Amino acid sequence: MLYIFCPHCGSRSQNEFVYGGDATVKRPELNKEISDQDWDNFVYLRKSPRGKHLELWHHISGCRQWIKVERDTSTHEIFKTYKADELTE
Amino acid sequence: MQKYSVFSLIKNAFSDHQNWEVAWKDPTPKKEYDVIIIGGGGHGLATAYYLAKEHNITNVAIIEKGWIGGGNVGRNTTIIRSNYMHDDNALFSEFGMDLWRKMSQDLNYNVMFSPRGIINLAHSDAQMNAYSRRGNSMRLNGIDAVLLNREEVQKRIPMADFSDNVRFPIFGGLMQPSAGTARHDAVAWGYARQADSMGVDIIQNCEVTGFDVTNGKIVGVRTSRGDIKAKKVGLCVAGSTNILAEMLNMTLPIETHLLQACVSEPVKPLLDHVVTFGAGHFYCSQSDKGEMVMGGDLDGYNSYSQRGNLPTLQHVLTEGIAMFPFLSKLKMLRTWGGIMDMSMDGSPIIDKTHIDGLYLNCGWCYGGFKATPASGWTFAHTIAQDRVHELNAGYSLNRFNTGDLIDEKGLGTKTWIS
Repeated sequence: MLYIFCPHCGSRSQNEFVYGGDATVKRPELNKEISDQDWDNFVYLRKSPRGKHLELWHHISGCRQWIKVERDTSTHEIFKTYKADELTE
Repeated sequence: MQKYSVFSLIKNAFSDHQNWEVAWKDPTPKKEYDVIIIGGGGHGLATAYYLAKEHNITNVAIIEKGWIGGGNVGRNTTIIRSNYMHDDNALFSEFGMDLWRKMSQDLNYNVMFSPRGIINLAHSDAQMNAYSRRGNSMRLNGIDAVLLNREEVQKRIPMADFSDNVRFPIFGGLMQPSAGTARHDAVAWGYARQADSMGVDIIQNCEVTGFDVTNGKIVGVRTSRGDIKAKKVGLCVAGSTNILAEMLNMTLPIETHLLQACVSEPVKPLLDHVVTFGAGHFYCSQSDKGEMVMGGDLDGYNSYSQRGNLPTLQHVLTEGIAMFPFLSKLKMLRTWGGIMDMSMDGSPIIDKTHIDGLYLNCGWCYGGFKATPASGWTFAHTIAQDRVHELNAGYSLNRFNTGDLIDEKGLGTKTWIS
């Protein structure tokens, strides 16, 4: 069982959350010329590192806010959590 | 190589089975090979075997970080099927079914292929319609498919929940009678033994630490047991593909996720088929030892841990009990996890790469085991001929860029959400 610290609610079990994937992926800017490769990068291509991974989780059975979680993908250790709009280190 | 037969068994019985030849050797890596296959799992071993058998390329090494058969080929639920709707998947898998049927003879190794049939349960009229469409597509591609109504399903699996007040009543199901199971370890060992006998070096406990690429061409790999030169290198490391891709500065349409499976205590034979729950993600079969072999959803977040969490297991087994209420009475014998290459459309990649001489075999999601022979066969062809075979032409790496996705389940980019 993972315990995730929601910045809005405190420490909660993983059952209350839904995973949202890599948080470092940036959507190409609106109203700009975008190549197919830009879309490919955004929609499909992922680094999926072993080790530290910044990812989105949705506290769907809690405050329903999206949060960012810095987690180790090989040990599942959670280092830090952020609000969705908070800047990460 | 010593041939396994009833005569060799009797002969060795006289010497208390002390004089059997080793099934494969433990060589030290040579300085150079024609082809290096990274990953000594089912796909890697099969690739080496078909390189030697079909293409006469025997100066081949398989490099494995751990021991052969210790990854996903030893961690799956042993299901073999070709019940796909899209042509790319259906023709590829059905080609594999043919190899499965011949495998024990071909490898002179009993892989215990058991074509016991798979039943996908349907729980609504809409699902029956969808299965009827899938079944028709399968039959057009020469794959056997039978649409079963409720009574026909009940006759085959009477232990399923056919009571009146269930949340997901069984309307019927789609059956592929020729699907089944095989002993997964034997598949790895059978391929390893034959590949070894044809001259392939199986090098275990040898981790790849880097690649040597000169002028856009692969020239060798760096490993924990020294640098090895190679004209061609094939990656067969589903689960760890992203780690090797990072060494090559490649970003792939793949996330690595964790999938769990489990077996119950053994019970007397009661389930003849592989059965999947249609209102969730749960599948079940009974092993020859009598254990109920079960699996279902991914844990749902990126992971390389090969170790699952209980909430997912609980969720999966809740579905299992909804389908087979008797499961609640069984004790769990063991649970385990493996790490999956989850590709972004749920279909695999077998292709060349932008680096000359480097070939990619990855993205198998949950379906790698059944694909073992077809994957090895087509990957060997791709490496030997330096071009894809028509069977794996659809499994291209750039299909995500061009939009030619094989969206078998229509899950889009979130393949782990089902």
